[in-house]
This record gives sequence, structure tokens and C-alpha cells, in this order.
Amino acid sequence: MSKLIVSPSPHIHSKDSTRSLMRDVVIALSPAVLCSVLFYGLGALVVMGVSVASCVLLEWAITKYLLKKPSTVGDFSAVITGILLALNLPYTTPWWVVFIGAVVAIGVAKMSFGGLGQNIWNPALVGRVFLLVSFPTYMTNWTIPHGWFGADAVSGPTPLGIIQEGIMQGVSIKELTAAYDYKSLLLANIGGSSGEAFVLALLAGFVYLCIRKVVKPWITLSIFATVALTALPFWLINPDVYTGPIFNLLTGGLVLGACFMATDYVTSPMSVKGGIVFGVGIGFLTMMIRYFGSYPEGVSFAILIMNSVVPLLNRWFKQPKFGRR
Amino acid sequence: MGGVHPHDMKISRDCALEQLPVSPTVYLGVAQHIGAPSVPCVAVGDKVKVGQVIAQPGGAVGAFIHSSVSGTVKSIASRPDLAGRCTTHIEIAVEGDEWLEGIDTSDTLLTTIPEDPKAIVEKIRLGGVVGLGGATFPTHVKLSPPPGSKCERIIINGCECEPYLTSDFRVLLEKSEQVVVGAALLQKAMGGVPCTIAIEENKPEAIDSIREAVSKLGYAQIEVMEMKMMYPQGGEKQLIDAVMHRQVGSGALPISVGAVVQNVGTALAVYEAVQKNKPLIDNSVTVTGAGLPRQANLLVRVGTPLQDILDYMGGIPEGTAKIISGGPMMGRAVANLQAATVKGTGALLLLSEEQTRRAPETSCIRCGKCADACPMGLEPFLLNKLSKTKDWEACEANAAQDCIECGCCLYSCPAHIPLLDNIRVGKGFVLSAIRARAATKK
Repeated sequence: MSKLIVSPSPHIHSKDSTRSLMRDVVIALSPAVLCSVLFYGLGALVVMGVSVASCVLLEWAITKYLLKKPSTVGDFSAVITGILLALNLPYTTPWWVVFIGAVVAIGVAKMSFGGLGQNIWNPALVGRVFLLVSFPTYMTNWTIPHGWFGADAVSGPTPLGIIQEGIMQGVSIKELTAAYDYKSLLLANIGGSSGEAFVLALLAGFVYLCIRKVVKPWITLSIFATVALTALPFWLINPDVYTGPIFNLLTGGLVLGACFMATDYVTSPMSVKGGIVFGVGIGFLTMMIRYFGSYPEGVSFAILIMNSVVPLLNRWFKQPKFGRR
Repeated sequence: MGGVHPHDMKISRDCALEQLPVSPTVYLGVAQHIGAPSVPCVAVGDKVKVGQVIAQPGGAVGAFIHSSVSGTVKSIASRPDLAGRCTTHIEIAVEGDEWLEGIDTSDTLLTTIPEDPKAIVEKIRLGGVVGLGGATFPTHVKLSPPPGSKCERIIINGCECEPYLTSDFRVLLEKSEQVVVGAALLQKAMGGVPCTIAIEENKPEAIDSIREAVSKLGYAQIEVMEMKMMYPQGGEKQLIDAVMHRQVGSGALPISVGAVVQNVGTALAVYEAVQKNKPLIDNSVTVTGAGLPRQANLLVRVGTPLQDILDYMGGIPEGTAKIISGGPMMGRAVANLQAATVKGTGALLLLSEEQTRRAPETSCIRCGKCADACPMGLEPFLLNKLSKTKDWEACEANAAQDCIECGCCLYSCPAHIPLLDNIRVGKGFVLSAIRARAATKK
């Protein structure tokens, strides 16, 4: 008989691995990816392809040649960063801008901190915000989805962009939002980045993640609740200047950010309580930036700001230890 | 709080208890319980009968050891036990199967509970009964609470929450009445406190059978409680929390919240010791593994070499990589098949290399699954790091000493970090520091 293994307990292990969890996230993102390619056409496919390929290649090259460590691209996390970055960009973004975004996301935000698990900020968001402040022209050239062989791309700023512009010119919110019924917001008949336009596809993916117990819904739900509750009083007091709760839930990168970026394991708190506080922070900051900031959209900044306080939240909000309450 | 839900893998659940033929030679260790090792009271060459005392308690926390066979004492010498440690074993060459007089080997159910609690505890002591849930703490000590503490409830632990294990299930099902009488005896021993028999919901037949026995026998204040399926529901502190909604503090005993927990197998042993004068000389052992030609729940005489059990089951199947004494979550991998079973042996589990493989460790992704899984509310990822950096003070501040080593953290870690392996080291250092402090205080 061959030799017996003697090692400490436990002797069995759950089927979960980093790779399987990340693969589930990729599966959850696939409806949104499919929608963006279907509705935005070839341009979205190019942005997605360049983004994913550069993220994976960069991580591979950095682990191999700079860190001289075994490659970690097999864990799919670079693929997710690539997808998320692409979903945050307009499909008209030139390939070299996408590549720069990938360099910042993977090279600066992820690998320079030591790779997966060590980064403080969500890599895709860092990449996105870097591009937003460096290449504002490319980053705000939104278009209404027109399909694969649509004749003319209709240029259409995002709803939040239109509103910010309109308010500055003294137009009331009612007139500005008249063009958007909730159906068109849900079904992506608006201008926006590849990801922010497909609310239903994103929500379907998120439900999948919750069912598979990859993420817990608390962070996302607390963001949604906070955005709605923060918007409500402003909107009730002066609906001419402030957009309403449902409009705010369905527009911008809120759904994408709340479902897929704020729930990133590495950059979110571990405990349920910490997660709820984290979500409240993101929701509140998002609304403050949308209402009072100079950018029309604030989800990215809100998440990055709250990412920074995650270590504190982990320290403050621990689950109670057994028998010590 | 916490816990994991591994597939329960109870593939031996339908195998009725069967008697394992007595081995030609048995080896009875003197240190098969928590506490002082017992002191042999037989000499080489002595003839012994089944049930005869062969070793006496070595201290206040100690237990009698009885011969599980009849025959001749061949040697009293050191040999490796299940854990691989060399301890004194009494080797007996088996001749026939002659039982000591006064032991009732009939199947007659004796339901009359003695009036005197002290007499019950004394009979349990004389029967060498120890906790069969895994810790093998001498039962009579557990039934003698220190002055100032008061037992308010007896809990009979029939959770059997570890995957694969089914020996308690078979005992609950096939010896329901004996278990209930055992529960009534324990209840009486503690002065007539209420008793809860806790069984996990994945054993509906056992729950029905025990309920029936309880109503048939009609003892006062014995209830059956259906527990949620969760590992480690059967952990002593977790079970008390689930049944009584009280949490035993760090380093404290269950009696501090008024609870005494006894395992199902222990309840049966108590019944046999008190009612039938039969000391603890055998116990039920699940022998299981997907590779085995058949599964079994065997009644095994204490001291049987593992090899004999495996031979009876048809030998070790091809592809067996690990043989575990106990369950897959907390059991101990066996290095030596010549080692003999002890009173607390509840299972032999054979796993293939694929079933027990640990994937290579990757970076922590801070998912928090280990903290979610920890039934003690600890932060395994943090204790892991503190143990690795040998910061024992921080380990203590973060309650490494509270770890019950259930394995949930390592089981659930998607990065396959050997969390528990490292935490055990930290826990060991913290516990010895706590003991050293207590010693200097005295």
C-alpha cells in the first residue's frame, strides 16, 4: 500500500477558490457585456477587448518580469478589472486611451501595492477616474445605443450630464427629465458608458452573485437605500433643482458601482455592519457630488473615498466574539 | 453565529449497528481520557475477564479502565497510540469471551431510576465512563459541579454535525429507549433538572424514534429538540447557545451558565454502567469512505487495532490517501494502523488523495469568509497573520485562546490559506502564557 498522508484537520475543503469566485463574477458581468456589445456595436467590442487583453497581459508581464513571481492571471481578477474598466468607458474611447486606463488600473492601483488582495482602491475605478481627469473629452463623448450597423450614432450626453448643464442654464428639472421615462432608463435607451446603460442586465448579474453567495447584498442595498433617502428630501423641497430618488437610482454608474465595484472583496469591509456603514458613505457622497459637485456623476469618487476608510471600518465594526458580549 | 454547511456525506447512515468480531489481541491504553493516566492494577500473566478493572484512576480527574476481552495479560509496555504518542498499553491475548459476574448482558430494558443521585454518579465512575463526543472527559467529574455552581439543564448532544459520521445516529435509532433512560439517569444525577435531547434535522428517523421512546417511558421534563443543520452545531458552546441562549465565556466551563452536555454515546454508556453494571468496554464506530466496498457502523471493543477493523471491512481500498480517526473536520489523521481504538473513537474515515487535497495557498483576498464561518466570532485572517509574526500578546488580545479548532475557517478559505494550522500555534503559546500567569498568581 502507498504511504498514508498525516496532516492536521480539517481534512476536507469547500469547493470555493479565488478562481471560482472570480469566475462567478465574470459570469455575473456577462449579461451587461453582451448588452453593451449588442447595443453599442463594434466600438464596445473593441473597448472591451483592448481593456481585458491589456489588463491580463500587464498583470502577467508585471508578475513575470518585475516581481519574478508565479503568474496570478489564472485567478480571473485581471479579467474582471478589464471588464469593469471597459464598462465604465464610452465605446468611442480610442484604444490607446483604454490601454492607458489599464496601465493605471493594473500597474498602479493593483500591482504596485502587491497584487490581488493588497490594493487599497478598486483598480478599475482608479483607472477610470485617471482617464476622466486626464482625457475629459474622450471620457464624456457619450452616445445613445444604436446597435451593430446603426446608420448614425446619435450623440447623447448622459442624463446626469444633461441635467447638470441644464441647471446651470436655469432650465427646470421637470423639463430636463421629461425626455426620460423610467422604462428608457431601465432598458438603456439613454446615453452613457457601456455599463451604466444596462441596469436590468447588471441587476440580473448581481442577483446571480447573491444566489451563489459570492457577495452579500448588504453593501449594495445600503447604497441604494442611502441614495434614495438622501435624494428624497431635496426632491420634495425643490423638484425644480433636484432630481428624484428613482431617477438617481437608475442613472449614472450607480447600479454598476453598487453591484460590482463597491462589493469588491479586497476594497470593502468584511463585517455586515462595516459594509452597511460603507454603503451609507458611498450613497451619501454620491448624492452630495451629484447635487453640489462640479462633476455630474459621483459614484466613482464616492467609492474610492470610502475604499480609503475600509481599514478603519474593519477595525471599528467587528462581529461580537462568542461569550464576550 | 458562523458555521459552514459541508455536504453531510452520511453514506453509512442506513447500515445497522453490527458487532465486530473480537480481535485476537487488544491493546488498552492507560491514557485514553483527559486527565491523569490510569495506573495498571494487573500484572503480566494475569487472567482477566470482560469488564474486569485493569487500571485505576491516576488522579481526581481520571477513569477506571476495564478489560474489554477475556484472556491473559501479555505485556504492559509503551507503544504508539492513535495520535502517534508512545503511552503505556496493556496487551491482552484473547481467550474465549468470558464476562465478569454481575454484568447483565441481556437485552431487558431496565427503566427504574435509582433514588440516590450520588449512587448514580458513583456507578458511572466505577464503569469508567468518559465523554464519547470527542473530548473523553471523565463523566463523573462533569457530573460533580464545583461548589457554588448549579446545573440547570442537561443537554444530550445528538447533533453529530460532522460529515460522514453516523454512529450516534444509529445509537439514537436502534437504542432509543436505552439513550432516554441514560438521559433520565443523568437528569437524576444532577438533581432532577430538565433535560434536552438535541438532534440535527437531517436525522428525522432518529428524532421520531427518540420522541416515541420519551413519550413511552414517560420521564418528566425530557424534551427532544430539532436542531438546524450546521457545522459545528454539536460544539459544546454552540449547542448550549442554541438550546439555552446562553454563551459560555472565554475559558469558562459550561456549568458556569448552568449547563452540562453529554453525548448520545455517553448516555448509552451511562445506561449500561448504571442499569446493567456493564462498564465502558465497547462503543459504536462508523467505518466509512467512498472507496470502501461497504460502509458500516460497528460495535467495537475498546483496544482493537485499527488494522483488524480495516481487515474486517475488506482491507484498505486502492487509492486511500488518508485514514482519519473521527470526522473530516476535527478528526486526526492516523499514522500507524497498529494503534488501537480508545473509548472515544467514534469513526474511521478513509479519504482519497483527491478528497483530502489542499490546493496551493494564494493571496488573501480579504473576502471575510473565514470570519463569517468562525462560530466563535474570531477573525481567523488576523490571528493567522499574528501567529505567523509570533505576536503572542496580540494573539491573546484577539482571543486566539477561544478557538475551538473546528476548522471552519480553513474549510471556507477560497485562497486555501492554512489558517487553522497557524492559529493552533498561536493558541498554544497563548494558553501556556495564561497557565504560566495563573501559576505565578498562586
